[in-house]
Amino acid sequence: MSGRPAPAGAAGRQPHRARAASRAAGGERTTPRSAVRLGPRLSSLSLERLLRAGPRPEPAPLPPARAETGALTFGIVVFPGSNCDRDCEYVLREVTGVQTRMIWHRDPELGALDAVVLPGGFSYGDYLRAGAIAAVSPVLGAIRRFAEGGGLVLGICNGFQVLCEAGLLPGALIHNRDARFHCAWTYLRVERTDTPFTCAFAPGEVVRMPVAHGEGNYFAEPATLAELERERRVLWRYVDARGEPSPQANPNGSLHHIAGICNAAGNVAGLMPHPERASESLLGGTDGRRLFASMVRWLLERRRG
Amino acid sequence: MIAVRVIAFLKPGVLDAQGQAVQQGLEALGYAVERVRVGRAFELVLPEQDWEENVRRMCERYLTNPLIEEYRYERLGPAAPPAKGQDDP
Repeated sequence: MSGRPAPAGAAGRQPHRARAASRAAGGERTTPRSAVRLGPRLSSLSLERLLRAGPRPEPAPLPPARAETGALTFGIVVFPGSNCDRDCEYVLREVTGVQTRMIWHRDPELGALDAVVLPGGFSYGDYLRAGAIAAVSPVLGAIRRFAEGGGLVLGICNGFQVLCEAGLLPGALIHNRDARFHCAWTYLRVERTDTPFTCAFAPGEVVRMPVAHGEGNYFAEPATLAELERERRVLWRYVDARGEPSPQANPNGSLHHIAGICNAAGNVAGLMPHPERASESLLGGTDGRRLFASMVRWLLERRRG
Repeated sequence: MIAVRVIAFLKPGVLDAQGQAVQQGLEALGYAVERVRVGRAFELVLPEQDWEENVRRMCERYLTNPLIEEYRYERLGPAAPPAKGQDDP
């Protein structure tokens, strides 16, 4: 599966039957997908309700042909306590269609990669401050060099906290204003579409992605906030269904209703919502997959020159 | 070796949601409390040489986030090292 090193060109690209056979032989996934049954707690009725939940999203544009996307490799960083690493890997491989490689937090080098994703979770149990201990781990040195060389780096939830603690993004994520953990769908307004992380969205589009965090309250000094706004580095803002920012639509008290930002160079971005949890209609929405599709589109265009 | 205690609090002006929640609890118990701030304490045992400079560096780089937190420290002296915990051999 995701953690297993695979020869270049082979990872995740085997035909389904071969994959199922290797799983059965290796015992990685002993239940064939077709044999998965809905348990009594997830009755067909509740599944139907799940499928109907919320406004039906617009059908997402089809990703580019796999032959093209399969030439890209995304690294997913695994810290002790990461818990969305497999979700990210699954979506990138199965939905976005890129090659994936898990990166261990002690790895001092990244190797050849097109993009790096720092996934959500509770790295080091959120000890000290969320993301603070991960921010001084060996892999961050490699990620810093990768970013300085223009590589795409995306931090999701805890990954955003790590990037802020590491100084790769400005500001900090403090406790939610009501000191509670929030797990809910939110509406986000895409503030610009000329970045590697948003180019597959429509200008001003309102999208849905879930949040799940206790410390997602974006804080920065007034001068930093002014700079972010002046340089249009706020990429996603919490809004209501009509696209208007309001305290009610803001789940955590973030200043300027900030859900996600990018660095000055535009190649490092972080956001608290989880695009990987909004990438398949079965899970309630597909808006998140376009964030990954944006990175793919941008990388392929850069590759074409 | 000497022992040093570092205390860190969120800066004034940074929302202290934990402090507010604790204050509400105290009020629910009937205590009149005007303000509560929740902070964090560290006890370090470290070499005496350049300890003050080293402690400051540790605080700026790692123990606190200077953007949102302020800190103070005090030397506990050789006579008062931190109590041994269950992790100690």
